Amino acid sequence: MNLSNQQSTEDVAAGIRKRVFLHTMRNNGGYLSQACSAAESLAFLYNEALTLGEPTLPKVPLPFGGVPSATNPDAFTGAGYHGPFAPEFDRLIISPAHYALVIYSALIQVGRMDEHALDHFNVDGGSVEMIGAEHSPGMEVTTGSLAQGLSMAAGIAWARKRKGEPGKVWVYMSDGEFQEGQTWECLAAMAYHGIDNVRVIVDVNRQQCDGAMSSVLDLGDLAARVASFGVTCRSIDGHDLGAMRAAADSAEPGKPLIILANTSPYQGMEFLKKRFPRLHYVRFKSADERREMQTAIAAELGVDEAEIARA
Amino acid sequence: MVEIVNRPYAKAFETFATARPDILCLSADLTSSCEVDGFRDRHPDQFLSLGMAEQNMLSFAGGLAMQGFRPFLHTFSVFLYRRPYDQLINSIAYSNRQVRLMGFLPGITTPGGITHQAIEDISVMRAIPNMTILECGDATEVETVLEVADSIDGPVYARVLRGEVPRLFSTPFEFNKLRTLSEGDDVLVVTSGVCTEEALRAAEPLKARGIGVHHLHVSTLKPFDREGLIKAARGKKGVVTLENHTINGGLGSLVAEILAEEGLGIKLRRLGLQDTFAHGASKPYLMKKYGLDASALVSAIGQLLGKDLDIGDAELEAVRIDTVHSAQKAEAL
Repeated sequence: MNLSNQQSTEDVAAGIRKRVFLHTMRNNGGYLSQACSAAESLAFLYNEALTLGEPTLPKVPLPFGGVPSATNPDAFTGAGYHGPFAPEFDRLIISPAHYALVIYSALIQVGRMDEHALDHFNVDGGSVEMIGAEHSPGMEVTTGSLAQGLSMAAGIAWARKRKGEPGKVWVYMSDGEFQEGQTWECLAAMAYHGIDNVRVIVDVNRQQCDGAMSSVLDLGDLAARVASFGVTCRSIDGHDLGAMRAAADSAEPGKPLIILANTSPYQGMEFLKKRFPRLHYVRFKSADERREMQTAIAAELGVDEAEIARA
Repeated sequence: MVEIVNRPYAKAFETFATARPDILCLSADLTSSCEVDGFRDRHPDQFLSLGMAEQNMLSFAGGLAMQGFRPFLHTFSVFLYRRPYDQLINSIAYSNRQVRLMGFLPGITTPGGITHQAIEDISVMRAIPNMTILECGDATEVETVLEVADSIDGPVYARVLRGEVPRLFSTPFEFNKLRTLSEGDDVLVVTSGVCTEEALRAAEPLKARGIGVHHLHVSTLKPFDREGLIKAARGKKGVVTLENHTINGGLGSLVAEILAEEGLGIKLRRLGLQDTFAHGASKPYLMKKYGLDASALVSAIGQLLGKDLDIGDAELEAVRIDTVHSAQKAEAL
């Protein structure tokens, strides 16, 4: 059940970029580039691809309920924003937890969270953490240590397949995670065990914390490497929704589907190109720099600058 | 003579798991080394081979546990926490997943040297919130640890013994309860794992010299039977711990913490690896070399009591474990 099929997926993507931009300007910094690269993928997932039930957590995010333990009945995970666990519903595992602001913006845009939920972002004692934790909206497991999400998803998917559940396990991950050995361990395991109810979208933005991946540890022909592990791999333009739909429909029996969404780290905000290759976290060195970026990107996104001041 | 049980885990796991369809047996290329090869061959539907890829195996197990399966992971102790420590924390421990880590060849029970000897596993695991730590000391505990591990709401790490294992105890593994193997007034001896059998070798010679030994065997290291320890320690002239592990962070450390917190002011000697790595050799050789044996225990007790006990190796090597069973009966009363 989609809550928001009254919006086009293009509109959802635009809404994600706008929300992340507004928040970044109002808070003097943020993971802005991730919104540029991820907007279409997340809009596609939440607006079209995922089969999810109604949220089970309140639209206004709850405070942190304490860490999970055998003696803490108040602990919860952000999976509630993806709806209940039931055989027919999909799960979505977000592996790069630093995309949290983009995820929260997507959940708001599709009506799964309150319009003002970002007021809780990075507030002490809250659950809407800067790096998504498993209690943060949309986060189902603990993934901030990169490359563990895919393996957990594989375990979930194997179990669901064993139980005969029709729901799929979707994973959103980043290309930097292919530098971790665990990702390749998991591809081998999924291929060997024929775990074909996994759908992965990878944000191939070729960026990482130190800068361009080509200057840190280039992964060469990633599509060929992934395909050589015996999984289905589709490499597409990550901003082309038609290509994404076709790729998502192209799963093969007995194999997980890995979609490499080749993206631009400044898609929709060309002004960010000036900062290339330091795009991982955008902050401002001076008021002038901030004003210049605000005016330029607001114009690109069609945002009234007065809206930024209405924080 | 003491009964020697051949491959107690193999039979116990098969009986245990086949009665519980939600149990999965996971293995990382050490299937026969962990005595689950027969289970794999006879129950392939409950067996998952994940290869030499422990990082993936631990995270994968976290996902299985989320879906209501109870994965039992089988590999050598050392491979369950050193390479995949981050996965253990983030994919299992933080979320309090019901994943059971069955660690074989703990400490110096393997001739594999540094790469294979888990000598700081208990120390590492004790530092992890939500973790439960169990250690088997004989065949009976190997046979009955599975039910205990399965009853825990959260992750469990268990040190398991394989191959030919002596049966020292006639009662099953009891969670978080110290076993009293003897009662005496002079010293408290606290042992775990294979060191318990070793300490039992010294029981008769010490008794013959009039030394009153109160001997406790520990099979649950976290949580810990604090009250049982305090009760046994009160009034003793000294306490000795003996463990198949470094003295830092394991049994010796946790006993030290409790003695200090209670202000008991009793002298403590911690026997085990004295802040050193070991190397590859036979178990008896390593236990002798690193002071994990009966002889080391006798020396420590002599030092604590200020007595030369004059107990030679020949006397200690005469295994008189048959006396244990009477101590067990006393406990059962």
